[in-house]
Amino acid sequence: MTALLEIKDLHVHFPIKNGVLQKTTGHVKALNGIDLNVKKGEILGIVGESGCGKSTLARSIVGLQKPTSGDILFDGNTYTDASAKELYELRRNMQMVFQDPYTSLNPRMKVSESIAAPLKAYKKTKNLESRVKELMELVGLNPDDHYNRLPHEFSGGQRQRIGIARAIALEPQLIVCDEPVSALDVSVQAQVINLFQDLQKKLDLTYVFIAHDLSVINHIADRVAVMYLGKVMERSNRESFQTHAQHPYTNALLSAVPLPDPDKERARERIVLKGELPSPANPPSGCVFHTRCPKATEFCKTNIPVPEERGVPGQEVACFYPVGAEEKARITL
Amino acid sequence: MLEVNNLHVHLDTPAGLVKAVDGVSFRLEAGQTIGIVGESGSGKSVLAHSLTKLNPEPPATYPKGEILFEGENILTMDKKRLRNLRGKEIAMIFQDPMSSLNPVFRIGRQLMEAIQTHQKLPKKEARQKAIELLIDVGIPDPERRMQDYPHQFSGGMRQRVLIAIALAARPKLLIADEPTTALDVTIQAQIIELLKSIQKKYGTSIIMITHDLGVVANLADRILVMYAGKIVESGSTADIFYDTAMPYTWSLLRSIPRLDAGASERLLHIEGHPPNLIHPPKGCNFHPRCPFARDACLQTDPPLAERGTNHMAACILTKPEFDKEKRAVAERKGVLLS
Amino acid sequence: MMSKKRNIIALTIFLLVALATITANLWLPVSPAAIDANQRLLAPSGTHWFGTDDFGRDIFARVIVAARVSLAVGVIVAVVATVIGTLLGLVSGYFRKTDFILMRIVDGFLAFPALLLALALVAALGGSITNIVIALTIAFFPVMARVVRSAVLQIKNAQYIEAARTTGTNNVVIIFRYILPNVLSPIIVQSTFIFAKAILAEAALSFLGVGVNPSTPTWGNMLQESQIYITIAPWFSIFPGIAIVITVLSLNILGDGLRDAFDPHSVKKKRKRKPKQTAPAA
Repeated sequence: MTALLEIKDLHVHFPIKNGVLQKTTGHVKALNGIDLNVKKGEILGIVGESGCGKSTLARSIVGLQKPTSGDILFDGNTYTDASAKELYELRRNMQMVFQDPYTSLNPRMKVSESIAAPLKAYKKTKNLESRVKELMELVGLNPDDHYNRLPHEFSGGQRQRIGIARAIALEPQLIVCDEPVSALDVSVQAQVINLFQDLQKKLDLTYVFIAHDLSVINHIADRVAVMYLGKVMERSNRESFQTHAQHPYTNALLSAVPLPDPDKERARERIVLKGELPSPANPPSGCVFHTRCPKATEFCKTNIPVPEERGVPGQEVACFYPVGAEEKARITL
Repeated sequence: MLEVNNLHVHLDTPAGLVKAVDGVSFRLEAGQTIGIVGESGSGKSVLAHSLTKLNPEPPATYPKGEILFEGENILTMDKKRLRNLRGKEIAMIFQDPMSSLNPVFRIGRQLMEAIQTHQKLPKKEARQKAIELLIDVGIPDPERRMQDYPHQFSGGMRQRVLIAIALAARPKLLIADEPTTALDVTIQAQIIELLKSIQKKYGTSIIMITHDLGVVANLADRILVMYAGKIVESGSTADIFYDTAMPYTWSLLRSIPRLDAGASERLLHIEGHPPNLIHPPKGCNFHPRCPFARDACLQTDPPLAERGTNHMAACILTKPEFDKEKRAVAERKGVLLS
Repeated sequence: MMSKKRNIIALTIFLLVALATITANLWLPVSPAAIDANQRLLAPSGTHWFGTDDFGRDIFARVIVAARVSLAVGVIVAVVATVIGTLLGLVSGYFRKTDFILMRIVDGFLAFPALLLALALVAALGGSITNIVIALTIAFFPVMARVVRSAVLQIKNAQYIEAARTTGTNNVVIIFRYILPNVLSPIIVQSTFIFAKAILAEAALSFLGVGVNPSTPTWGNMLQESQIYITIAPWFSIFPGIAIVITVLSLNILGDGLRDAFDPHSVKKKRKRKPKQTAPAA
């Protein structure tokens, strides 16, 4: 099957400007050579800590951020240099769900208008009202009661449903979800995650699902990419993500997630990473993770690893010293 | 050591009276760690701030109840004693370390000030002590870092500094209000380890307030689950996780995605959202969202009742009834039972 | 609560002034233009509440009627300057490419003191109500453009704007349906202040003799005419002066009140949400 979305060696660098003359004194390398692809009908989970570039990646995919170099292809067509008109055509098939349900809706627009906005933009205004009501029902809102209300009358979970209704209004093929549940209450998160899963089946959607929470990604994604400092550290299938993670960083992340299970939680061995995230303006040489990696050697300081299969099928790891099965057995949950 | 009896805290807001804490009682023994778990609006943060009377008044009032710290009622304490208590015997750390540090003073100065507030020490000794504290909380190169300003520290390092400040007077009780929520997961793990090692070293009691059940699973001896201003279940950590007796706790545990779970597992959909405390629901606060709810739940607001040794739950279902119904609910909702 | 009362008083005063001048023809006992050589410079009395001027005309009637010109100039300038300034601000704030050029032009206008600029323009164009409106509009629109631009810059990167862009909404719709409704509050506040400033400026121009035709009663013209009599007939100056003061003051209070009402920080003062911590325990 061909990829619906292909990302090839994507770089996004932001200039750092200093002084009165606004001279460029360096670059924040938010994305530094990303290679990913998303197949039709799958959910690609992207996980990483703050500063890893995952939000910049989401913005690049939907065309809100122009890449410095590299290529993004949708259905085989590149759009990194797309005109406004080409982007308009692209967005018919690609929508986004934002992180913060409190700021992603126009506070002065009725719920129905927010949901109708993409339909109006693409002149699909036939039976507009019934279509909007249908969408509201689809995401679990009450079309009669909620139709004419303003966003501030809704809770976070309901607002995120409005955002989702807006994203699926055009029946796009791909939806980019940037931390869509991280701002929600614990008891509300599950509703929205379930909704994402139900809609994907019902509407045959493809998701790029970005989150910092490994448990959420592990739950929803078919394939997982782990990012660190603008690079992909590891790509894996859902089945092997947690059990066969080979990258020391992935394993550190996995072992840092507290489990809601006291016995397991107290019995497990935890890899505590030393030090802090280096500045993306001045990333380390060689493997960007070497400054914090428990397995790093001199070799890692000068050589850049690329993601490749190292023993586990479907598991591509950018590391010279992947975590072996024996070692993994000790730190597995 | 700490005993809270029937505490009520009200917030008088323009929109109406919020019963943020509505009849909470619990005890904390020396050296123990209690986890208080709840969602936003559950009153957990107001409760934490009440323990040293840190809620701004107005809008907060304390109409009923008492907080006994080593036998002394904090709510009726005079201002001077209260000031002395805060920081010296009970210290607090918060979610956002940046707003708790003064951005215009060096870390060293703030730390030494904290030390000298409660102990009459010459500058040199205070400085030595500050360095020791920074080593204690795992800040590398402490002598140089003393000269840095808060903005030169990362979020995790700032939280360490705050812990150092909190520890300056060797408090008997440390209250941590969502101390890791703003941090990345690897940094969160570091801070949790740090809190554990501090407890081991100094025998400090800890009250950990969080929304993350994973965090308390690791850290707490006992857990209080709060919902809409009330404690709805309390018990040992094992009780809460393995012998859950309250539908809210049970639902919450079934609704969070787990890293160690199978692929096909469905998350429990809890209807609705946490209630508005100005107009709380009739009867049991959780009944509109409860998968176990029945007509009787509308009439009575069940009090906390014994479910086992030191294990209490607020539900009209008895333990055997609840255990029996769990299976049916799990099947109906398509989620795993345990 | 205090400020609420103040706003209501200000609004009442302003509405009374507006109502009085609009309906003046219906109830004024004397014509503001009626000359009576025997009644020159009379002190305030039961028949002439505010006294009479150097032609024996009733000052009360003239002050009331003069408000028409002052308020009309104020309203028109406020509306036109707001429309022009808002459009410029929206375009300049939203499109980065036009921003630099537009803002340098605006900065050019801002470099002149508003009144001096208006004075120069009226001197060049000649003193008529139309020219005064043009001059004052030119003097005041740059401030509005600046205010709107900075408001747009603040919300331009809000998620709901980005969301609108990703749903394929075009820029015109984004500007008028997403941005404009969310920057309306500073626009309304600022236009109230422009209203007040325009009234003052019109009075100043007329006072300096380059304003509205001297035969038309305006507060500025009255002050101009009265200045030589200030020692012998102070009421001639005082009453138009008071009229300017209370009108402008009530507008300014209204503007402040509106700003407070719209300002999210003043909502915070009422403490709608749960209190957050302010200081560490230590």
